[in-house]
Amino acid sequence: MNTTVAALAARFRTCPTTGLRVNSTAEHLIRLNAVFAILAMVAGVIAAFGLVLTRWQAVHLLEAVWYYRLLTVHGVSMLIFFIIFFEMAVLYFAGPVLLNSRVPMPKLAWAAFILMAVGAVMVEVQMWTGKADVLFTSYPPLRAHPNYYLGIIFFAVGALVVVGLFFASLVVAKREETYGGSVPLVTYGAIAAAVIAVITLLHGAAIYVPTWTWAMGWTAMPDPQVYRLIWWGLGHSSQQINVAAMVAVWYLLGALTVGAVVLNEKISRAAFFLYVLFISMASAHHLLVDPGFGSGWKIWNTSYAMYLAVLASMIHGFTVPAGIEVGQRLRGFTKGMFEWLRKAPWGDPGFSAMILSIIIFGFIGGITGVTFGTEQINIIAHNTLRVPGHFHATVVAGTALAFMGVTYYVIPLVFQKQVAFWPLARIQPYLFGGGMVLFTMSMTFAGTFGVPRRHYDISFTGAPFDIQYNAAVDLLLGIMGIGGLIAATAVVLYILIAVWSVFFGKPMPQAATAGE
Amino acid sequence: MHTGIVSPKGVWWVKAPKAERIWVMIAFAWCMVLFAMMPLWHYRGGQNPSGIRHKVDPEAYEARTLEFVEQYRVGEESGIAVVAPPPGSDIYMLGKMWQWIPVLKLQAGVSYTLHLSSSDVNHGFNLFPPNINFQVVPGYDYALRITPNEPGDYKVVCNEFCGIGHHLMLGRIIVEEGPVVAAGGIQ
Repeated sequence: MNTTVAALAARFRTCPTTGLRVNSTAEHLIRLNAVFAILAMVAGVIAAFGLVLTRWQAVHLLEAVWYYRLLTVHGVSMLIFFIIFFEMAVLYFAGPVLLNSRVPMPKLAWAAFILMAVGAVMVEVQMWTGKADVLFTSYPPLRAHPNYYLGIIFFAVGALVVVGLFFASLVVAKREETYGGSVPLVTYGAIAAAVIAVITLLHGAAIYVPTWTWAMGWTAMPDPQVYRLIWWGLGHSSQQINVAAMVAVWYLLGALTVGAVVLNEKISRAAFFLYVLFISMASAHHLLVDPGFGSGWKIWNTSYAMYLAVLASMIHGFTVPAGIEVGQRLRGFTKGMFEWLRKAPWGDPGFSAMILSIIIFGFIGGITGVTFGTEQINIIAHNTLRVPGHFHATVVAGTALAFMGVTYYVIPLVFQKQVAFWPLARIQPYLFGGGMVLFTMSMTFAGTFGVPRRHYDISFTGAPFDIQYNAAVDLLLGIMGIGGLIAATAVVLYILIAVWSVFFGKPMPQAATAGE
Repeated sequence: MHTGIVSPKGVWWVKAPKAERIWVMIAFAWCMVLFAMMPLWHYRGGQNPSGIRHKVDPEAYEARTLEFVEQYRVGEESGIAVVAPPPGSDIYMLGKMWQWIPVLKLQAGVSYTLHLSSSDVNHGFNLFPPNINFQVVPGYDYALRITPNEPGDYKVVCNEFCGIGHHLMLGRIIVEEGPVVAAGGIQ
């Protein structure tokens, strides 16, 4: 070990909970990214209450303009800002922290964070002031204020720099020999997420830059169909970052909560590699009923490519629970078939969040998603409530819930604080998961009756004609409303617990004496 | 045995446990079944969105639709022209903030080529009640060969966000008894 490394070692602290060393730059950036993720979540959940109470047709709270405005806010704040800020924190954790290394070029890392923060604020301002009522997808010819696109470009460029720094941190860790053998599986999963992030963010640049120059009046409008093609290279691929990051967090939470083992490194890593190779093409299933593409293109991209990515998820769906079982058996829970399951730490929110995330992602999100990805079934699903029913099961009840679970470990590990309101924290994942099951299932069923997504008023008051949906739709939208309120309340609890713990929480015992 | 946050030392490219290998094989076989069904059902299922696709100038498409409306106009409903085109003809529907133009009066059991496009932003064609959906993109003419198989009063919901009046955008297709009612549907 050379002197530079020895000097840097002084900047690490050892976390009493996990024994992992924490680099101070990485620690600060994890904190700030986590704080900004939570701020984005506050905006997103305020919007969520408005949306749920409006689409619940019996309540129908908001005016049309605010419904569409908050729909834009909800999508962008949650699906871009919350989740990507959180993923930046995951990258700083999986690279510098897990490898006992450091953040290379800390000044650049700070600049990237500032760029992302500025971009996010610009976009939020445009959305809340009604200058970007174009929804999450912003399909032209719908046009937002140029600063909306510019803010997203800033945010994406900042994220791309962080991804680059993550790769650099791997090189530095390898060269400085901060770890022996191969990178841990969780880091490998984060690498997969980071590679997909590069693909995704390049698509984002390829479409948001010409859209911004068009909004400035400098260039012609991007072709609407080409926009949809490239935009979904961003819009769907970014969900694959979430999937890869979520699975990495499953392995992480398995390790932290019950000492889950990796059954076989080869299989789990090969499964992550399948995501990298094939999952981007699955974006094509957004375009199955579009005029611009032929059947050959649609079938190829949504069958061969998508199913190999599905294979990857099916593998993780086995290896994660199996690793938990083996881990539990090694801890002594060996009686019968299910003692390992009965004696699992169901009251640990990290554990329950992980299990609920696996189950809801796999059984509701996965099955609905694979179903719509079929050329023929897409005709009866496209742009109905089945679509948000699907992706709230994947990215919300899957990814966001896994991220909530890992937060209960980030608080003691990185923030050195005890989790506040512990009895609430114990039930929070169940409330959120349960609410999301009601919400996603009722949306899915309402969608099968043809109820459109992104629609203010299915009673069509003021429209030239009249529609009477099946009577079951009213009931389903009511259940959706109740499930949505339960889930959104659980998000508020999560925010309260996280913020209170970080700013007013009791310090961890021994934290004062650790490291330095 | 180690967890996912520990660096594995030495060679980890080793044979997986039996249960894991069996699961991977089952999952792979199932994925291949799904894969095979995609092209197979395309050729055997007869449920494809097999449109004839063209690029089109949005203004030219609107002009063509208005010409079609003038040619076969039979009345007006809620301020929207009602059009009864002859059997077998090319029929046009235009999505325009926030109307589906025109109201179509078709005959059951008769084939038409239904053109869909927009002269402003993206719209979503959702046929109620059967729940059949197509994306309507300005600049692209999506022509679908259709044979209405049941008389009835159908509505066209817009299910792609198209601005503040999106939820008011509702069209109508009336299908009357045709000469011979044949089995079929959208082909």
